[in-house]
Amino acid sequence: MAKLVTEGVTVEGKSRLISAEKLSAGYEGRSIWSGANFSFGKGEFVGVLGPNGAGKTTLFRVILGLQRPMAGSIQIFGEPPRRGNPHIGYVPQRHTIDTETNVECLELVRLGLSGTRWGFDPTAHGDRDAALSALDAADASDLAHRRLGALSGGELQRIFLAEALVSNPEVLLLDEPLSNLDIRRETELLHLVNNVVRSRGVTALLIAHNINPLLPHMNKVMYVANGKMATGAPKDVLTSETLTQLYGVQVEVLKDPHGNVAIIGVEEHHGDIP
Amino acid sequence: MSSCPSGFSPNLLTDLANIWCWSFMRNAIEAGTLTAIVAGVTGYFVVLRRSAFTAHAFSEIGFAGAAWAVLSGIPPLVGLLVGSNLGGLGIALLGRRAINRDTQIGIVLAFSLGLGLLFISLYKGYATETYSILFGEILAVSPDQVTETLVASTLILGGMGVIYRPLLFSSLDEDVAEAKGMPMLALGIAFMAIVACAVSFSVQVTGVLLVFSLMVTPGATAQYLASKPSRAIATSVIIALGATWLGLFLSFYTPYPVSFFITAEVFVFYVLVRLVYTRFRWEKISAGSLLRPPVDRSG
Repeated sequence: MAKLVTEGVTVEGKSRLISAEKLSAGYEGRSIWSGANFSFGKGEFVGVLGPNGAGKTTLFRVILGLQRPMAGSIQIFGEPPRRGNPHIGYVPQRHTIDTETNVECLELVRLGLSGTRWGFDPTAHGDRDAALSALDAADASDLAHRRLGALSGGELQRIFLAEALVSNPEVLLLDEPLSNLDIRRETELLHLVNNVVRSRGVTALLIAHNINPLLPHMNKVMYVANGKMATGAPKDVLTSETLTQLYGVQVEVLKDPHGNVAIIGVEEHHGDIP
Repeated sequence: MSSCPSGFSPNLLTDLANIWCWSFMRNAIEAGTLTAIVAGVTGYFVVLRRSAFTAHAFSEIGFAGAAWAVLSGIPPLVGLLVGSNLGGLGIALLGRRAINRDTQIGIVLAFSLGLGLLFISLYKGYATETYSILFGEILAVSPDQVTETLVASTLILGGMGVIYRPLLFSSLDEDVAEAKGMPMLALGIAFMAIVACAVSFSVQVTGVLLVFSLMVTPGATAQYLASKPSRAIATSVIIALGATWLGLFLSFYTPYPVSFFITAEVFVFYVLVRLVYTRFRWEKISAGSLLRPPVDRSG
């Protein structure tokens, strides 16, 4: 198999938070992708793109320790993944709340910290302070006492971001947080995530469908398609050559004067990619 | 005890003293109070997890168990506990999507009722016991049963205290709770076992068919009245307690059953709260179109 990994220039001295070598993952003996090599350092904002069913969420599940890799190795903070790693904050895909849920947002964010503790301690308020500061970081302080079921899509995503941030994670995994958001909310949320990445030195992996809103923020891009991955700096990955090699069909990457890219030849083949 | 007065007087304190004078009423009040607290606490989570139908199903499995127990000459409570716990375990093992398995649950529910009917028809004795399992017979609770209920309530509330935060977390946000390493299956089984025990003891007060007047309605009403879980649970308990006490009071002075009063009170209160809440929400949203959906997910 052709080597598809286009490693970007890594800055000396940056610690490798996540690194994988010849990693494969799949379900019931069938691999979804294989031979993946990548490494992400502290404070990197990584956009994860690719067609539906390519295995983007599977990658998150492997990092979270919810699914074992089929082959190869992956290390997070220098150890194999394990479920319940407190250094990882996670916002799952298509994460919605029943409109009948009349529980205030602050309570959900608190549970991001205290929800893993057994027993009952009515005097513990440390999680409340942490939750309030997480809400502040997610620009959602005004939502603290609103009911979860009454929030809009954009407001919910900020609450979920706060819930993920409350345990002070070093890695954030955001699975399609931009779906169901209009362009303005999309831009706002990305700015918010970018601020968190920059101010807290968090490494964020964000799954998205459209690359253009991510371009101003991300340091690295990971394309998952056709059972393979291409990872690296956007300028290296977003080329006709790399993507043609990845997808196995002729792909053109066009750039407009504003820096937006259009990837031609992929969209029509979405249906053909297993 | 025959010296206790039973007539209604305009003085409420005299009435309460009269009621307390009867030992069967004291037993009923004690058992009813314990049951209302347990049902109010567990009921909040039953509603939050959208598992009212699931919990209803295993109370009917409990009915089959109780009818079988009556037939075999064992205390019906034992049959209830065994039946509802087995049902709860089965549903918990079905997995995280079990709540949505309406069809399978409905099928098992119907079969359980049928089995219960068979056991009743096989039983040659006096059928009062099975009738009381179906509709509750709180006025016949014995002091021993009160003690049993006290022990069970303490264990149930203790169990809830231990799993409180993880249970709340997994009820609100299952995917994140799982990623955080919470044992979802064990939590589901523990919760189902707690609800099964709570249902079994509540059955003494309300019966299998009416158990959700204490398990579901107060919890559902409380969700409209408080958005902090601790307050909502307290509210749910207060509603269940108020309904039980008022039901006992009303039935003492009327010829009608306690279970009827409890179901009617919580139902009327639920409807009132919903009406007020809906009106309040509409006024808050806009004075414009009444057809406007209450939640706009687009932005």
